[in-house]
Amino acid sequence: MKKIVSRRNFIKGGLAGTATVAVMKSKETQAAHSFEGYPDGMGVLVDLTRCVGCRSCEAACNKEQGLPTPAKPFDDYSVFQEIKHGEKRRTDETAYTVVNQYDIPELDHPLFRKIQCNHCQEPACLTSCFVNAYTKTPEGAVIYNSKVCVGCRTCMIACPFYIPTFKYSSAFNPRIMKCIFCYDTRLKDGKPPACVEACPQEALTFGKRNDLITMGRQRIRETPGKYVEHIYGEKEVGGTAWMYLSSVPFDQVGFDTHVPQEPILNSVKDFLAIVPMVLTIWPGLFAGFHLLATRKEKIKEQEMEKKEEKA
Amino acid sequence: MKFFSKERPEIPIVNHLKADGTEWTIKEKLWLGLSLGEYKKQFLRNPVNWLMIAIFAVGIPLLLQRYIYGLGAVTHASNDYPWGLFLGFGLFGMVPLSASGFMLGTTVELFGRKDFHPIERLALLNGLLGYFFAVLFLEVDLGMPWRLPYPMFVSLGPAAVLFLVAWHVATYLSVQIAEVLPAFFEWIGWLKGKRVIRKMVLGLTIAGIILSTLHQGALGALFTYAPSKVHPLWLSVNFQWIHFFCSSIFAGLSMVIISSTLIRNFMAWRCDDEFKDNLDYITIGLAKGCSYAMITYLIIKIVAIAHDQEWSYLLTGWGSYYMLELGVAVVLPMFMFAIGIRHRYVGLIRFAALIAALGIIWNRLNTSMICYNWQMYQEIPHWKEVWITITVYSLYFLTYRFIVYRLPIVYGWKGEK
Repeated sequence: MKKIVSRRNFIKGGLAGTATVAVMKSKETQAAHSFEGYPDGMGVLVDLTRCVGCRSCEAACNKEQGLPTPAKPFDDYSVFQEIKHGEKRRTDETAYTVVNQYDIPELDHPLFRKIQCNHCQEPACLTSCFVNAYTKTPEGAVIYNSKVCVGCRTCMIACPFYIPTFKYSSAFNPRIMKCIFCYDTRLKDGKPPACVEACPQEALTFGKRNDLITMGRQRIRETPGKYVEHIYGEKEVGGTAWMYLSSVPFDQVGFDTHVPQEPILNSVKDFLAIVPMVLTIWPGLFAGFHLLATRKEKIKEQEMEKKEEKA
Repeated sequence: MKFFSKERPEIPIVNHLKADGTEWTIKEKLWLGLSLGEYKKQFLRNPVNWLMIAIFAVGIPLLLQRYIYGLGAVTHASNDYPWGLFLGFGLFGMVPLSASGFMLGTTVELFGRKDFHPIERLALLNGLLGYFFAVLFLEVDLGMPWRLPYPMFVSLGPAAVLFLVAWHVATYLSVQIAEVLPAFFEWIGWLKGKRVIRKMVLGLTIAGIILSTLHQGALGALFTYAPSKVHPLWLSVNFQWIHFFCSSIFAGLSMVIISSTLIRNFMAWRCDDEFKDNLDYITIGLAKGCSYAMITYLIIKIVAIAHDQEWSYLLTGWGSYYMLELGVAVVLPMFMFAIGIRHRYVGLIRFAALIAALGIIWNRLNTSMICYNWQMYQEIPHWKEVWITITVYSLYFLTYRFIVYRLPIVYGWKGEK
């Protein structure tokens, strides 16, 4: 195979290839700055010391979101004993929030922990979504648009709290199912979500996230010994709108205390940063390699031409 | 299949013209110059085809089940394990094994190593088909497969790693189609098209390197979204992309060694002398590439452990499993390659390539499934999920064979070029 590419043609080809790629990719690093969250974002402070595990919040959520009626009614407390794959109950396509019971050896009563979407300040689901199906609203909710979702389920991989669930049962209309902070029906009008309203124990406090942090610190300070000195969600994965107070170390009540203290996106930034570098450096580098590698052939050709001219 | 040469000297087709001087029609070329009866006879005689029929007989109904009743009906994909075999094997495994296209393209076109030319087209085809079927696996796995073009045209999330993967795989697929087209143009006899591509070949090759670096890396970077879920030994937040990229180099080269070995042994009638005579030499050359990539990979894997201070993990059960993976899937084939190169044991090299390729699949399955959620339970794929994976892979095999039977991939076209 004989192939002679003039330097001009070669550079033209290389540049055209790169330019096409560069134009398409130029937007990729735009989100590589940190985002502290909207200043007036709302949140909920969950006080585990107040929760009695009545599951009223589960029932309210089920009704508000029009989810299917579960097999066991909401006043059936045997669900706390359910163990699947060695894990306690979790959110699924029929439940956006669940309460789990934790027996603590030092305490004479169990503790209950409600899980739902924590509505991160810089959500991993949102930053990992390649069709922009997620939005963090100024009110603090992380909402989802099923109309553009492709069903790749990367958000489920990315969520450090295992919250988004997928409707695996549907072939024609699958979607991600997760808590949206009752955004459509309540939050956008300034009203608290259904679960908070239903709580008879005031275990859930709705308010501006900033105020809730102050309130949480105040509770910790005013009742010494009652709480662990930590508000889970203040710093975790860059901060979440839903935060927790607990009387025992958080890992004893099912919290993952090893999640990063910065947004999940930060661990992806290393890669995002090399993208423009590869796009700009590789063409020149490999063009250079090509010129070096084919230099002997070029010299030979030139000598041949000279000889021919002489002859 | 040696009957081609004995009874019918004009078959296999390597030229536009038959022995009597008339031209082959495209249809005749598609039937390999055989009559329908002859084609059927050779098809049914091959036991591999019977195996394929058996796989498809079960696999196609299962695929229908997946598209009618949803993923839940055929997989164990769950809310804890969103990704199963379709992506763990089909995307994360197939893509590194398809790095061959850009590797050999670079070697031949960019570095001017013409001695690797006989295998270039096979490497390009291996790349093209690998990517194409990775996309097909994705189409089986996506919740809404009909929305595949959404990230390109409907709703863009440009800051996401998967956005990069989508765009790069799509563009690279086009680049690879362009790179394989000359073989097709020769075969149908449309030389103008071939000349057009010829002019773009360097641009295509460089675009191939860029796109490959980025999306092989991006597949690794996808796991950096789960820093608290993947076992720390299999996840290096800083170096994941380069681990995936570096390992794709020897994965792709190993895959070409495997594929060329199979073709050389079972399709000898289709290979020309240039391919057959040079294959041992080329295999040793590819093995050199593999061993360099492997030692680099081994070192950067260790660097990552040092960087993240993860030595203590090596003493745990997961650590033993990790060292088993590195030992069997990297160190062992690396030494086999080295010994094979030193003593010119081509057979040993071929065996090493098989281990290395399986080793990469193992690594990707470890990262995406086995060591994912390492603090929870391990997901075991549904048998239907396994069967569908084998079905799609069989389709890949059949397509691969169909093309190599016909197009000038492992033989040179004797007609006009």
